[in-house]
Amino acid sequence: MKAPAFSYVRAESVEHALELLSRHGNAAKILSGGQSLLPALNLRLAAPAVLIDIGRLDELRGIKLRDDVVTIGALTRHADLLTSEEISASLPLLRKAAAHVAHPAIRNRGTIGGNLAHADPASEFPACMLALDARMVIRGEGGERRVNARDFFRGIYETALEPHELLAAIEVPRPQPGSRTYFHEFVRRSGDYAMTGLAALAHVDGAQLGDLRLSYFAISDRPHLARATSHLVGVEITAERIAEAQAELDAELDPPDDQQASAAMRRHFARLLLFRCVADVLGRPELAMEAVR
Amino acid sequence: MISSNQPKCLTALDRPNSYIGQSVPRPNLARLLQGRGQYVSDLVLPRMIHVAFVRSLHAHARISAINTEAARAMPGVVAVVTGRELADVVTPWVGVLSHLKGLKSAPQHAMAIDRVCWQGEAVVAVLASSRALAEDAAEAVEVSYEELPAVTDMRSALDPATPAIHPDLGDNLAFERNHDAGAVDAAFAEADEVVEVEFVFGRHTGVTLEPRSVVADWNAGERRLIIYQGTQAPHMVQNIAAKHLGLAEQQVRVVCKDVGGSFGIKVHIYADEMATYGLAKLLRRPVKFVADRVESFNTDIHARDHICKGRIAVNRNGSIKAFEIDDLTGIGSYSMYPRTSAIEANQVVNLVGGQYTTPNYRARARVVFQNKNVTCQYRAVGHPIACSVTEGLVDLAARRIGMDPVQIRRLNLIGDDAYPCASPTGLRFEALSHHASLQKLLQMMDYDALRAEQARLRGQGIHRGIGLASFIEVTNPGAAFYGVGGARISSQDGVTVRLDAAGSVTCYTSITEQGQGSEAITAQIVASGLGVSIDRVRVVLGDTDATPYGGGTWASRAAGIGGEAALQSAKMLRGNILQVAAAILQARPEDLDISDNAVVDPSSGERKIELSELARIVFFRPDTLPPGLQPEMVATRHFVPREYGFAFTNGIQASWLEVDTATGFVSLLNHWVVEDCGTVINPQLVDEQIRGGVVQGLGAALFEHCIYDERGQLTNANMADYLVPMAAEMPDIAVGHVVTPTKESELGAKGAGEAGTAGAAAAVANAVNDALSPFGVSITEIPLTPRVILSALGRI
Ligand SMILES: Cc1cc2nc3c(=O)[nH]c(=O)nc-3n(C[C@H](O)[C@H](O)[C@H](O)COP(=O)(O)OP(=O)(O)OC[C@H]3O[C@@H](n4cnc5c(N)ncnc54)[C@H](O)[C@@H]3O)c2cc1C
Repeated sequence: MKAPAFSYVRAESVEHALELLSRHGNAAKILSGGQSLLPALNLRLAAPAVLIDIGRLDELRGIKLRDDVVTIGALTRHADLLTSEEISASLPLLRKAAAHVAHPAIRNRGTIGGNLAHADPASEFPACMLALDARMVIRGEGGERRVNARDFFRGIYETALEPHELLAAIEVPRPQPGSRTYFHEFVRRSGDYAMTGLAALAHVDGAQLGDLRLSYFAISDRPHLARATSHLVGVEITAERIAEAQAELDAELDPPDDQQASAAMRRHFARLLLFRCVADVLGRPELAMEAVR
Repeated sequence: MISSNQPKCLTALDRPNSYIGQSVPRPNLARLLQGRGQYVSDLVLPRMIHVAFVRSLHAHARISAINTEAARAMPGVVAVVTGRELADVVTPWVGVLSHLKGLKSAPQHAMAIDRVCWQGEAVVAVLASSRALAEDAAEAVEVSYEELPAVTDMRSALDPATPAIHPDLGDNLAFERNHDAGAVDAAFAEADEVVEVEFVFGRHTGVTLEPRSVVADWNAGERRLIIYQGTQAPHMVQNIAAKHLGLAEQQVRVVCKDVGGSFGIKVHIYADEMATYGLAKLLRRPVKFVADRVESFNTDIHARDHICKGRIAVNRNGSIKAFEIDDLTGIGSYSMYPRTSAIEANQVVNLVGGQYTTPNYRARARVVFQNKNVTCQYRAVGHPIACSVTEGLVDLAARRIGMDPVQIRRLNLIGDDAYPCASPTGLRFEALSHHASLQKLLQMMDYDALRAEQARLRGQGIHRGIGLASFIEVTNPGAAFYGVGGARISSQDGVTVRLDAAGSVTCYTSITEQGQGSEAITAQIVASGLGVSIDRVRVVLGDTDATPYGGGTWASRAAGIGGEAALQSAKMLRGNILQVAAAILQARPEDLDISDNAVVDPSSGERKIELSELARIVFFRPDTLPPGLQPEMVATRHFVPREYGFAFTNGIQASWLEVDTATGFVSLLNHWVVEDCGTVINPQLVDEQIRGGVVQGLGAALFEHCIYDERGQLTNANMADYLVPMAAEMPDIAVGHVVTPTKESELGAKGAGEAGTAGAAAAVANAVNDALSPFGVSITEIPLTPRVILSALGRI
């Protein structure tokens, strides 16, 4: 479990990093926090010839709130998301999620950019970005482009990033006042990747749901935004409505089978999360109790 | 940090400044915390090279060709060695013991020669100037395999249609034992109720923080091999290495410095370690092998992997009439060397029902080969299985007759006044304390209050359960374990204590330290037995050139056996010192004692002469001593229990947990242990041994599982997919003691290293079933994963 030999370059600027990327193409890999890349190297699952370390590029760091958009630099660490006041105030969903990502030592190094670029389907942050309808700010030598979260995640470890591109930042629209969030994941041990999880953003309108974005993770090859929520928006929520939505959800899912969870388990968890989420955002615990029965 | 409110447990040793029974901090703590430990991987020798093994990708295959040419040409490569080449240096072995009648295994080589029998078996050794370069070159070795059918399912391993993994052995049955005691058939025929169930125990392993590591250094000038290795049994390694490398025992020195956890994983002779010794001899230079995590999962011994059918006969008044088991276990493709892989099943037969009074017991155990990694002795060998089967059956019986689990145990556990007595398998118990332990446990956990809380919460749809598991534990083994079976594994241990010229003490012990505190308790005992302060005692262990000959640290034996040797050697040295002191002071030795580093008048406590002053006279002014007096400032004593084959301990555990019946998740809320290891030398170390053991048992209950597919591929050989128990999921673990010292030694200590692991999984499984009782399901399979629980509840 020793990494094969590689060359290491520390990028001096974003331009420098982009230049290195276009020079080395597929042979190069960006190194951010290293918390996914270095284990892969040590297990010899990846063998890039060149690592381009962007860790010192301060321009890629930091959290800014402007005009109802929160811009998070790619190098912002998981630990920063947990402690940032802007995040707590504007994007509580991300704060909730960050507490479930790995363990403190890993959160101290792992970065949001690395996490999203890595695009693990069981990861919490991609699902949050989808729930929050975030945009990825991507830089290449030709300039900057923006890709919506729903188009960014393309499959297991696959994104819309081209080999010569860098994820520079994420722009997250600040949810309207009065919106509620829900986050829960089923993990065997705290800090593990989820067997199934849900990041949700809801807009509650009196006793009804004005909007509901249920973004599931570890249920497909990429985060999944449930379509079944159409049964729940703008109607009076009853156990029957929820049951309908669950059936619909079941029909739209095609979850994988793996060591931790079978497809049937994932379906079961997804249905349960729907119930628990709706009960939670509406403040109606009795709905969740019915689900257990 | 010395907690003074601990009860003193040792009367014979209740000397004025005794450290026995006190939570003395471990002397090696500061050194380890400052990063000054010396683990094998820290060791760098001149001209040292690193080995990486090319390992079999298949569970069973013929090796048709090996091409090492490209690898030899890679940067930094010193040598590439095949199994056939190494066979000239290391002879093969067969892992059998003569007292396990009928046990068979096939000759095993240090590296595969023409056939591989499990995925991960070493095939080619690549030696290079760094491990990374060795791994690079290993990727360039080409091995062609012809796959052979893999025997993976233990249930069908004995079918006539299943090919024998080792054709010369005829079939895949490695060992079978049958035992029949009392009148089993009559008991089952006459009992009011019979409960029968199948228990399934997943295969798991003991994940040590430090992987297996060896540096082997062949000194051609001295014709000596020095083996630096993290092992539990240095003298055993010395013997085996010498035997298979064609050396005399004195040509092998084994040095064992710091060890980062063992749990039984490091008490065996591994083929790749033998290969490393052989490679050092072959290449005449130091070779380092440090297993990486993937290798550890694939090649460190696994354990458990049993399917055990159990039956219990019970009367409606709660009287247990009989136990019967039929145990099947898959041990991989060889019986491990030299302790063999039949011991676990043998222990299961020995231990089932051993805490109860019924004399009626029948058992069969069959041990079968499979094309998987070997299983062998891991912490609590056999105990968790025996305990889970026994205690699972007792709970099911109680449920069948509508009796509280506490009550059925009260009625059937062997009475505290019944000793000495023997189990249906002939195990002799000197003195146990099942009922006192149960009583103490019920108080600690406030059993009645928990039952009331459980009932109240059930009304709210919250399902909590209480599980009890009483157990017996084999500790302080004498020769009965290995010696009588022909293995040269010492069951006695020795300690040498030496008073040095400045009045401090150096102590050499044959037990070893793996992080559990052997060094600390040895220092405590020697300091107490001698009368010196503990900071004056330096303990040396883990060097076959330096320490007395002995067994080492395994089977919960170090404190009980090595501790007694330490006590007796300290007492002997005290006698020697007092003889000299008497001459100097013109007193009688029996009127003197040693206390607080000085010879004193025991009645007044008056300090007569400091030990440092006495040592000065002995070593530098012997001319002033009376003629004819030759001071002996070194004393050695050995010990092995002789009257009882084992010092049995006992105890009981309880688990309190919640099952989320919607998700199948189990939350451990609390865990209690009461155990009786006799004299408690260091309460904090004992309690942490218990807690660590419990955590490993909880890992088995809920998380740990080596998952093989039907082709014999281990599918989760990494720390992400193999789930070790982690702090966040662990409950508080409260530990209490009942103290029944063994009379076999003056120290009175029995072992405590495995008690936690013995009963933890059983307590959890019983608690889960208790929680699920309103649903009418009971689960007898571990690990109890959400998938298992959801399936049992019919939710998926
Ligand atoms: C024990 C452990 C447990 C973990 N548990 C979880 C968990 O529960 N949930 C979870 O989500 N994650 C988990 N992780 C992963 C962790 O969150 C990583 O930090 C994250 O996945 C990658 O971020 P990084 O900054 O470390 O990226 P790196 O490891 O440096 O890079 C990851 C990949 O992204 C590419 N990359 C990095 N930055 C950029 C960029 N700015 N632009 C383009 N490409 C880029 C790299 O080339 C590489 O391919 C765990 C990791 C460990 C070691």
